[in-house]
Amino acid sequence: MDFESLRGRIDAVVVGASAGGVDALVTVLPSLPRAFRPSVLVVIHQPRERRSMLVDIFSARCALPVREAQDKEPVQPGTLYFAPPDYHLLVDEGPSLALSADDPVLFSRPSIDVLFESAADVYGHRLAGLILTGANSDGARGLAAVRDAGGVTLVQRPDTAHVATMPAAALARGPADFVLSLEQIADLLRRVGGGHEG
Amino acid sequence: MRASKDLDIELKLLLDAIYLKYHYDFRGYAMASLKRRMTLAADHFGCPTLSHLQGRLIHEPDLFPELLNYLTVQVSEMFRDPSYFRSLRESVVPLLRTYPSLKVWVAGCSTGEEVYSLAILLREEGLLERTLIYATDINTQALQKAEAGVYAVDRIAAFTQNHSQSGASASLSDYYTAAYGNAVFDRTLKKHIVFSDHSLATDSVFAEVQLLSCRNVLIYFNRELQERALGLFKDSLCRRGFLGLGARESLRFSQHASAFSSLVWEDRLFQKG
Repeated sequence: MDFESLRGRIDAVVVGASAGGVDALVTVLPSLPRAFRPSVLVVIHQPRERRSMLVDIFSARCALPVREAQDKEPVQPGTLYFAPPDYHLLVDEGPSLALSADDPVLFSRPSIDVLFESAADVYGHRLAGLILTGANSDGARGLAAVRDAGGVTLVQRPDTAHVATMPAAALARGPADFVLSLEQIADLLRRVGGGHEG
Repeated sequence: MRASKDLDIELKLLLDAIYLKYHYDFRGYAMASLKRRMTLAADHFGCPTLSHLQGRLIHEPDLFPELLNYLTVQVSEMFRDPSYFRSLRESVVPLLRTYPSLKVWVAGCSTGEEVYSLAILLREEGLLERTLIYATDINTQALQKAEAGVYAVDRIAAFTQNHSQSGASASLSDYYTAAYGNAVFDRTLKKHIVFSDHSLATDSVFAEVQLLSCRNVLIYFNRELQERALGLFKDSLCRRGFLGLGARESLRFSQHASAFSSLVWEDRLFQKG
Protein backbone atom coordinates (compact mmCIF):
# COMPACT_ATOMS: atom_id res chain seq x y z
CA MET A 1 0.00 0.00 0.00
CA ASP A 2 1.27 3.44 -0.91
CA PHE A 3 0.94 5.60 2.14
CA GLU A 4 0.59 8.81 0.12
CA SER A 5 -2.84 7.46 -0.81
CA LEU A 6 -3.74 7.34 2.89
CA ARG A 7 -3.17 11.03 3.46
CA GLY A 8 -6.38 12.61 4.73
CA ARG A 9 -8.25 9.32 4.74
CA ILE A 10 -7.62 8.28 8.33
CA ASP A 11 -9.98 9.64 11.02
CA ALA A 12 -8.69 7.54 13.90
CA VAL A 13 -5.72 5.42 14.87
CA VAL A 14 -6.23 2.64 17.41
CA VAL A 15 -3.12 1.42 19.19
CA GLY A 16 -2.57 -1.71 21.28
CA ALA A 17 0.49 -2.37 23.42
CA SER A 18 1.41 -4.56 26.34
CA ALA A 19 4.77 -5.51 27.87
CA GLY A 20 7.28 -2.82 26.92
CA GLY A 21 4.45 -0.69 25.61
CA VAL A 22 5.10 2.54 27.49
CA ASP A 23 8.62 2.81 26.07
CA ALA A 24 7.35 1.99 22.58
CA LEU A 25 4.65 4.64 22.85
CA VAL A 26 7.20 7.18 24.08
CA THR A 27 8.99 6.68 20.77
CA VAL A 28 5.85 7.06 18.66
CA LEU A 29 3.34 9.41 20.28
CA PRO A 30 5.50 12.47 21.17
CA SER A 31 6.57 12.71 17.53
CA LEU A 32 3.03 13.43 16.36
CA PRO A 33 2.74 17.13 15.52
CA ARG A 34 0.17 19.58 16.81
CA ALA A 35 -1.47 19.52 13.37
CA PHE A 36 -2.04 15.76 13.52
CA ARG A 37 -5.69 15.38 12.64
CA PRO A 38 -6.77 11.79 13.45
CA SER A 39 -7.91 10.83 16.94
CA VAL A 40 -5.60 8.35 18.65
CA LEU A 41 -7.11 5.73 20.97
CA VAL A 42 -4.71 3.63 23.00
CA VAL A 43 -5.11 0.46 25.02
CA ILE A 44 -2.07 -0.52 27.03
CA HIS A 45 -2.24 -3.39 29.48
CA GLN A 46 -1.35 -2.21 32.95
CA PRO A 47 -2.05 -3.04 36.57
CA ARG A 48 -5.65 -2.40 37.61
CA GLU A 49 -4.90 0.41 40.01
CA ARG A 50 -7.47 3.11 39.81
CA ARG A 51 -5.08 5.91 39.16
CA SER A 52 -3.14 5.63 35.95
CA MET A 53 0.06 7.56 35.32
CA LEU A 54 -0.28 7.37 31.53
CA VAL A 55 -1.91 10.75 31.09
CA ASP A 56 0.77 12.43 33.18
CA ILE A 57 3.58 10.65 31.38
CA PHE A 58 2.35 11.51 27.91
CA SER A 59 0.94 14.99 28.54
CA ALA A 60 4.41 16.07 29.49
CA ARG A 61 5.87 14.74 26.23
CA CYS A 62 3.22 15.12 23.54
CA ALA A 63 2.20 18.05 21.38
CA LEU A 64 -1.33 16.70 21.20
CA PRO A 65 -3.80 16.92 24.11
CA VAL A 66 -3.78 13.71 26.17
CA ARG A 67 -6.78 12.45 28.11
CA GLU A 68 -8.10 9.42 29.89
CA ALA A 69 -11.12 8.26 27.89
CA GLN A 70 -14.46 9.10 29.49
CA ASP A 71 -17.71 7.30 28.88
CA LYS A 72 -19.99 9.00 26.30
CA GLU A 73 -17.39 11.62 25.43
CA PRO A 74 -17.46 12.65 21.75
CA VAL A 75 -14.19 11.66 20.05
CA GLN A 76 -12.21 14.80 19.23
CA PRO A 77 -9.76 14.98 16.33
CA GLY A 78 -6.08 15.38 17.10
CA THR A 79 -6.46 14.05 20.64
CA LEU A 80 -4.81 11.10 22.39
CA TYR A 81 -7.05 8.97 24.56
CA PHE A 82 -5.96 6.22 26.94
CA ALA A 83 -8.32 3.51 28.15
CA PRO A 84 -8.76 3.79 31.93
CA PRO A 85 -7.44 0.89 34.01
CA ASP A 86 -9.87 -1.98 34.58
CA TYR A 87 -12.38 -0.86 31.93
CA HIS A 88 -12.76 -1.79 28.30
CA LEU A 89 -12.70 1.15 25.91
CA LEU A 90 -15.02 1.02 22.90
CA VAL A 91 -15.97 3.35 20.10
CA ASP A 92 -19.71 3.88 19.83
CA GLU A 93 -21.91 5.73 17.38
CA GLY A 94 -21.15 9.42 17.04
CA PRO A 95 -18.29 8.58 17.14
CA SER A 96 -18.16 8.71 20.90
CA LEU A 97 -16.22 6.82 23.54
CA ALA A 98 -17.80 4.12 25.64
CA LEU A 99 -16.52 2.19 28.63
CA SER A 100 -17.55 -1.25 29.80
CA ALA A 101 -16.87 -3.38 32.86
CA ASP A 102 -17.50 -6.62 30.95
CA ASP A 103 -15.32 -9.61 31.75
CA PRO A 104 -11.67 -9.44 30.76
CA VAL A 105 -10.93 -10.78 27.28
CA LEU A 106 -7.76 -12.91 27.05
CA PHE A 107 -7.21 -11.94 30.71
CA SER A 108 -7.12 -8.29 29.70
CA ARG A 109 -9.25 -5.34 30.67
CA PRO A 110 -8.87 -3.05 28.85
CA SER A 111 -8.74 -5.35 25.86
CA ILE A 112 -7.11 -4.38 22.57
CA ASP A 113 -9.49 -6.64 20.63
CA VAL A 114 -12.55 -4.93 22.14
CA LEU A 115 -11.30 -1.46 21.19
CA PHE A 116 -10.22 -2.47 17.68
CA GLU A 117 -13.40 -4.40 16.84
CA SER A 118 -15.70 -1.61 17.98
CA ALA A 119 -13.60 1.04 16.22
CA ALA A 120 -13.57 -0.99 12.99
CA ASP A 121 -17.35 -1.16 13.17
CA VAL A 122 -17.70 2.62 13.46
CA TYR A 123 -14.78 3.94 11.36
CA GLY A 124 -14.50 1.24 8.68
CA HIS A 125 -11.86 2.09 6.08
CA ARG A 126 -11.10 5.41 7.77
CA LEU A 127 -9.34 3.62 10.63
CA ALA A 128 -5.73 2.61 11.14
CA GLY A 129 -4.87 -0.12 13.65
CA LEU A 130 -1.41 -0.46 15.17
CA ILE A 131 -0.10 -3.39 17.22
CA LEU A 132 3.07 -2.88 19.23
CA THR A 133 5.19 -4.93 21.62
CA GLY A 134 3.55 -7.36 24.04
CA ALA A 135 3.65 -10.79 25.61
CA ASN A 136 0.21 -12.14 24.70
CA SER A 137 -2.03 -12.44 21.67
CA ASP A 138 -4.52 -9.67 22.46
CA GLY A 139 -5.01 -7.49 19.38
CA ALA A 140 -4.66 -10.22 16.74
CA ARG A 141 -8.41 -10.61 16.39
CA GLY A 142 -8.94 -6.86 16.60
CA LEU A 143 -6.44 -6.11 13.86
CA ALA A 144 -8.18 -8.69 11.66
CA ALA A 145 -11.43 -6.77 12.23
CA VAL A 146 -9.69 -3.55 11.13
CA ARG A 147 -8.48 -5.33 7.98
CA ASP A 148 -11.91 -6.83 7.28
CA ALA A 149 -13.50 -3.40 7.56
CA GLY A 150 -11.10 -2.02 4.95
CA GLY A 151 -8.91 -0.14 7.43
CA VAL A 152 -5.13 0.16 7.39
CA THR A 153 -3.11 -2.31 9.47
CA LEU A 154 0.28 -1.58 11.01
CA VAL A 155 2.38 -3.92 13.10
CA GLN A 156 5.67 -3.28 14.84
CA ARG A 157 8.37 -5.46 13.25
CA PRO A 158 8.59 -8.35 15.74
CA ASP A 159 12.42 -8.41 15.74
CA THR A 160 12.41 -4.76 16.86
CA ALA A 161 9.81 -5.27 19.61
CA HIS A 162 10.69 -5.49 23.28
CA VAL A 163 8.50 -8.62 23.35
CA ALA A 164 7.70 -10.07 19.93
CA THR A 165 4.72 -12.26 20.88
CA MET A 166 1.94 -9.75 20.29
CA PRO A 167 3.08 -8.38 16.91
CA ALA A 168 3.92 -11.93 15.79
CA ALA A 169 0.46 -13.16 16.81
CA ALA A 170 -1.15 -10.31 14.86
CA LEU A 171 0.86 -11.21 11.78
CA ALA A 172 0.14 -14.91 12.16
CA ARG A 173 -3.54 -14.10 11.90
CA GLY A 174 -3.17 -12.32 8.57
CA PRO A 175 -0.96 -9.93 6.62
CA ALA A 176 -0.51 -6.30 7.66
CA ASP A 177 -0.23 -3.38 5.28
CA PHE A 178 2.90 -2.15 7.05
CA VAL A 179 5.38 -4.00 9.25
CA LEU A 180 7.79 -1.39 10.53
CA SER A 181 10.16 -0.29 13.26
CA LEU A 182 8.90 2.26 15.80
CA GLU A 183 10.74 5.12 14.06
CA GLN A 184 9.21 4.15 10.72
CA ILE A 185 5.77 3.89 12.30
CA ALA A 186 6.12 7.39 13.75
CA ASP A 187 7.23 8.69 10.37
CA LEU A 188 4.33 7.04 8.57
CA LEU A 189 1.75 8.37 11.04
CA ARG A 190 3.12 11.88 10.68
CA ARG A 191 2.85 11.72 6.91
CA VAL A 192 -0.60 10.22 6.94
CA GLY A 193 -2.18 12.36 9.61
CA GLY A 194 -0.15 15.51 9.86
CA GLY A 195 -0.97 17.20 6.57
CA HIS A 196 -3.84 19.39 5.60
CA GLU A 197 -4.01 18.14 2.02
CA GLY A 198 -6.61 15.57 1.50
CA MET B 1 -19.29 -1.31 5.84
CA ARG B 2 -22.17 -3.09 4.30
CA ALA B 3 -21.94 -5.95 6.80
CA SER B 4 -21.87 -3.49 9.67
CA LYS B 5 -24.96 -1.68 8.50
CA ASP B 6 -26.78 -4.99 8.17
CA LEU B 7 -25.75 -5.83 11.72
CA ASP B 8 -27.14 -2.52 12.96
CA ILE B 9 -30.47 -3.24 11.28
CA GLU B 10 -30.60 -6.73 12.71
CA LEU B 11 -29.75 -5.52 16.20
CA LYS B 12 -32.49 -2.90 16.13
CA LEU B 13 -35.08 -5.44 14.97
CA LEU B 14 -33.93 -7.94 17.58
CA LEU B 15 -34.32 -5.38 20.37
CA ASP B 16 -37.80 -4.54 19.13
CA ALA B 17 -38.67 -8.24 19.08
CA ILE B 18 -37.39 -8.72 22.63
CA TYR B 19 -39.42 -5.75 23.81
CA LEU B 20 -42.60 -6.91 22.09
CA LYS B 21 -42.29 -10.51 23.19
CA TYR B 22 -40.74 -10.28 26.65
CA HIS B 23 -41.23 -6.61 27.68
CA TYR B 24 -37.54 -6.16 28.43
CA ASP B 25 -36.40 -2.86 27.00
CA PHE B 26 -32.80 -2.79 25.78
CA ARG B 27 -33.49 -0.13 23.17
CA GLY B 28 -31.87 2.53 25.34
CA TYR B 29 -28.66 0.61 25.93
CA ALA B 30 -25.30 1.84 24.64
CA MET B 31 -24.91 0.19 21.26
CA ALA B 32 -21.22 -0.76 21.17
CA SER B 33 -21.31 -2.97 24.27
CA LEU B 34 -24.74 -4.35 23.48
CA LYS B 35 -23.66 -5.29 19.98
CA ARG B 36 -20.65 -7.09 21.38
CA ARG B 37 -22.67 -9.02 23.95
CA MET B 38 -25.41 -9.88 21.48
CA THR B 39 -22.88 -11.16 18.95
CA LEU B 40 -21.29 -13.35 21.63
CA ALA B 41 -24.75 -14.65 22.52
CA ALA B 42 -25.53 -15.46 18.88
CA ASP B 43 -22.27 -17.43 18.70
CA HIS B 44 -23.17 -19.26 21.87
CA PHE B 45 -26.59 -20.25 20.54
CA GLY B 46 -25.05 -21.32 17.23
CA CYS B 47 -26.90 -18.60 15.32
CA PRO B 48 -25.04 -17.32 12.23
CA THR B 49 -26.85 -13.96 12.32
CA LEU B 50 -28.83 -11.85 14.77
CA SER B 51 -31.87 -12.35 12.51
CA HIS B 52 -31.56 -16.05 13.11
CA LEU B 53 -31.31 -15.44 16.85
CA GLN B 54 -34.41 -13.24 16.62
CA GLY B 55 -36.41 -16.04 15.03
CA ARG B 56 -35.37 -18.50 17.68
CA LEU B 57 -36.12 -16.10 20.53
CA ILE B 58 -39.63 -15.53 19.25
CA HIS B 59 -40.38 -19.23 18.93
CA GLU B 60 -38.32 -20.67 21.80
CA PRO B 61 -39.11 -18.72 24.98
CA ASP B 62 -36.87 -21.05 26.99
CA LEU B 63 -33.86 -19.36 25.39
CA PHE B 64 -34.67 -15.96 26.78
CA PRO B 65 -33.41 -16.33 30.37
CA GLU B 66 -30.08 -17.53 29.03
CA LEU B 67 -29.89 -14.60 26.64
CA LEU B 68 -30.67 -12.28 29.51
CA ASN B 69 -27.60 -13.59 31.30
CA TYR B 70 -25.51 -12.68 28.27
CA LEU B 71 -26.96 -9.19 28.18
CA THR B 72 -27.01 -8.29 31.84
CA VAL B 73 -24.81 -10.37 34.10
CA GLN B 74 -21.57 -8.87 35.21
CA VAL B 75 -19.10 -10.76 37.26
CA SER B 76 -18.22 -8.40 40.05
CA GLU B 77 -16.24 -8.85 43.24
CA MET B 78 -17.14 -8.19 46.82
CA PHE B 79 -15.70 -4.86 47.91
CA ARG B 80 -14.64 -4.11 44.33
CA ASP B 81 -12.63 -0.87 44.40
CA PRO B 82 -11.88 -1.05 48.12
CA SER B 83 -11.36 2.69 48.36
CA TYR B 84 -15.03 3.22 47.47
CA PHE B 85 -15.99 1.31 50.59
CA ARG B 86 -13.34 3.05 52.65
CA SER B 87 -14.78 6.39 51.61
CA LEU B 88 -18.27 5.17 52.47
CA ARG B 89 -17.02 4.33 55.97
CA GLU B 90 -15.19 7.60 56.40
CA SER B 91 -17.43 10.13 54.69
CA VAL B 92 -20.93 8.67 54.51
CA VAL B 93 -21.39 6.38 57.54
CA PRO B 94 -20.96 9.24 60.08
CA LEU B 95 -23.92 11.01 58.47
CA LEU B 96 -25.96 7.82 58.12
CA ARG B 97 -25.65 7.39 61.90
CA THR B 98 -27.85 10.43 62.38
CA TYR B 99 -30.89 8.60 60.90
CA PRO B 100 -33.04 6.46 63.21
CA SER B 101 -33.72 4.03 60.38
CA LEU B 102 -32.03 3.60 57.02
CA LYS B 103 -32.95 2.51 53.55
CA VAL B 104 -30.33 1.66 50.97
CA TRP B 105 -30.83 0.83 47.29
CA VAL B 106 -28.37 -1.22 45.25
CA ALA B 107 -29.60 -0.72 41.69
CA GLY B 108 -28.48 -3.33 39.16
CA CYS B 109 -27.22 -5.71 41.83
CA SER B 110 -26.62 -8.65 39.45
CA THR B 111 -25.49 -11.68 41.49
CA GLY B 112 -25.26 -9.74 44.74
CA GLU B 113 -21.57 -9.18 45.49
CA GLU B 114 -22.07 -5.47 46.08
CA VAL B 115 -25.17 -6.03 48.21
CA TYR B 116 -23.39 -8.31 50.66
CA SER B 117 -20.42 -5.97 50.71
CA LEU B 118 -22.66 -3.13 51.81
CA ALA B 119 -24.52 -5.29 54.31
CA ILE B 120 -21.22 -6.39 55.87
CA LEU B 121 -19.93 -2.82 55.93
CA LEU B 122 -23.11 -1.62 57.64
CA ARG B 123 -22.91 -4.43 60.18
CA GLU B 124 -19.31 -3.54 60.93
CA GLU B 125 -20.33 0.05 61.43
CA GLY B 126 -23.19 -0.98 63.70
CA LEU B 127 -25.91 0.22 61.34
CA LEU B 128 -27.29 -2.92 59.73
CA GLU B 129 -29.84 -3.61 62.47
CA ARG B 130 -31.73 -0.46 61.56
CA THR B 131 -31.24 -0.80 57.79
CA LEU B 132 -33.27 -2.22 54.96
CA ILE B 133 -31.39 -2.78 51.69
CA TYR B 134 -33.29 -2.98 48.41
CA ALA B 135 -31.34 -5.05 45.89
CA THR B 136 -32.81 -4.78 42.41
CA ASP B 137 -32.05 -6.11 38.97
CA ILE B 138 -33.93 -6.98 35.80
CA ASN B 139 -32.49 -10.48 35.67
CA THR B 140 -34.47 -12.81 37.94
CA GLN B 141 -31.93 -15.64 37.63
CA ALA B 142 -29.20 -13.29 38.81
CA LEU B 143 -31.46 -12.14 41.65
CA GLN B 144 -31.97 -15.75 42.74
CA LYS B 145 -28.21 -16.20 42.89
CA ALA B 146 -27.90 -12.97 44.81
CA GLU B 147 -30.53 -14.12 47.25
CA ALA B 148 -28.75 -17.44 47.76
CA GLY B 149 -25.59 -15.61 48.80
CA VAL B 150 -23.32 -18.47 47.80
CA TYR B 151 -20.03 -17.83 45.99
CA ALA B 152 -17.33 -20.18 44.75
CA VAL B 153 -14.63 -20.47 47.36
CA ASP B 154 -11.89 -19.75 44.80
CA ARG B 155 -13.21 -16.19 44.55
CA ILE B 156 -12.96 -15.58 48.28
CA ALA B 157 -9.25 -14.73 48.35
CA ALA B 158 -9.85 -11.68 46.15
CA PHE B 159 -12.93 -10.72 48.18
CA THR B 160 -10.94 -11.01 51.40
CA GLN B 161 -8.14 -8.83 50.13
CA ASN B 162 -10.58 -6.17 48.96
CA HIS B 163 -12.44 -6.33 52.25
CA SER B 164 -9.34 -5.79 54.34
CA GLN B 165 -8.35 -2.84 52.14
CA SER B 166 -11.78 -1.30 52.67
CA GLY B 167 -10.95 -0.33 56.23
CA ALA B 168 -12.59 -3.36 57.84
CA SER B 169 -11.80 -4.17 61.44
CA ALA B 170 -12.92 -7.80 61.29
CA SER B 171 -12.13 -10.64 58.92
CA LEU B 172 -14.39 -11.50 56.01
CA SER B 173 -14.40 -15.10 57.21
CA ASP B 174 -16.63 -13.96 60.10
CA TYR B 175 -19.43 -13.61 57.56
CA TYR B 176 -19.44 -16.90 55.70
CA THR B 177 -19.12 -20.65 56.19
CA ALA B 178 -17.21 -22.71 53.67
CA ALA B 179 -18.86 -25.90 52.47
CA TYR B 180 -18.31 -28.09 49.42
CA GLY B 181 -16.20 -25.55 47.53
CA ASN B 182 -18.59 -22.72 48.28
CA ALA B 183 -18.74 -19.85 50.72
CA VAL B 184 -22.24 -19.43 52.12
CA PHE B 185 -22.83 -15.94 53.47
CA ASP B 186 -24.36 -15.32 56.87
CA ARG B 187 -28.15 -15.62 56.78
CA THR B 188 -28.59 -12.86 59.31
CA LEU B 189 -27.27 -10.42 56.68
CA LYS B 190 -30.13 -11.42 54.41
CA LYS B 191 -32.78 -10.49 56.94
CA HIS B 192 -32.01 -6.90 56.04
CA ILE B 193 -32.10 -7.32 52.27
CA VAL B 194 -35.11 -7.34 49.96
CA PHE B 195 -34.34 -8.72 46.51
CA SER B 196 -36.64 -7.45 43.83
CA ASP B 197 -37.17 -7.26 40.09
CA HIS B 198 -36.90 -3.63 38.98
CA SER B 199 -36.00 -2.01 35.67
CA LEU B 200 -34.32 1.38 35.46
CA ALA B 201 -35.64 1.55 31.90
CA THR B 202 -39.32 0.98 32.56
CA ASP B 203 -40.14 1.04 36.31
CA SER B 204 -40.49 3.98 38.67
CA VAL B 205 -39.53 5.16 42.14
CA PHE B 206 -40.55 2.70 44.89
CA ALA B 207 -39.00 4.05 48.11
CA GLU B 208 -37.14 6.93 49.66
CA VAL B 209 -33.56 5.97 50.45
CA GLN B 210 -30.60 7.57 52.21
CA LEU B 211 -27.93 5.77 50.18
CA LEU B 212 -28.03 4.53 46.61
CA SER B 213 -25.21 2.55 45.06
CA CYS B 214 -25.27 1.92 41.32
CA ARG B 215 -21.83 1.14 40.01
CA ASN B 216 -20.95 0.30 36.43
CA VAL B 217 -24.55 0.12 35.33
CA LEU B 218 -25.02 3.56 33.76
CA ILE B 219 -22.11 3.02 31.35
CA TYR B 220 -24.29 0.43 29.60
CA PHE B 221 -27.07 2.95 28.96
CA ASN B 222 -27.28 5.61 26.26
CA ARG B 223 -27.59 9.24 27.35
CA GLU B 224 -31.35 9.23 27.30
CA LEU B 225 -31.68 6.16 29.48
CA GLN B 226 -28.94 7.47 31.78
CA GLU B 227 -31.03 10.58 32.26
CA ARG B 228 -34.06 8.49 33.10
CA ALA B 229 -32.12 6.44 35.64
CA LEU B 230 -30.49 9.48 37.22
CA GLY B 231 -33.91 11.11 37.45
CA LEU B 232 -35.15 8.05 39.35
CA PHE B 233 -32.13 8.22 41.63
CA LYS B 234 -32.68 11.90 42.33
CA ASP B 235 -36.35 11.29 43.15
CA SER B 236 -35.56 8.25 45.31
CA LEU B 237 -32.92 9.90 47.46
CA CYS B 238 -33.92 11.83 50.53
CA ARG B 239 -32.66 15.38 50.95
CA ARG B 240 -28.88 15.18 51.48
CA GLY B 241 -28.96 11.49 50.46
CA PHE B 242 -25.88 9.80 49.00
CA LEU B 243 -25.26 8.42 45.52
CA GLY B 244 -22.32 6.16 44.65
CA LEU B 245 -21.33 5.48 41.02
CA GLY B 246 -18.62 3.41 39.30
CA ALA B 247 -14.97 4.48 39.36
CA ARG B 248 -15.19 5.97 35.86
CA GLU B 249 -18.79 7.17 35.86
CA SER B 250 -19.86 10.75 36.46
CA LEU B 251 -22.75 13.16 36.32
CA ARG B 252 -20.76 15.49 34.11
CA PHE B 253 -22.94 15.22 31.02
CA SER B 254 -26.26 14.99 32.87
CA GLN B 255 -28.98 17.58 33.28
CA HIS B 256 -29.35 16.22 36.82
CA ALA B 257 -25.77 17.17 37.69
CA SER B 258 -26.91 20.35 39.43
CA ALA B 259 -29.06 18.34 41.86
CA PHE B 260 -25.93 16.74 43.31
CA SER B 261 -22.66 17.88 44.79
CA SER B 262 -19.49 15.87 44.77
CA LEU B 263 -18.66 14.41 48.18
CA VAL B 264 -15.60 12.26 47.38
CA TRP B 265 -14.81 12.73 43.70
CA GLU B 266 -12.09 10.04 43.45
CA ASP B 267 -14.59 7.44 44.64
CA ARG B 268 -17.57 8.89 42.79
CA LEU B 269 -19.61 9.62 45.90
CA PHE B 270 -22.17 12.37 45.48
CA GLN B 271 -24.67 14.02 47.78
CA LYS B 272 -28.07 15.29 46.77
CA GLY B 273 -28.69 18.99 47.23
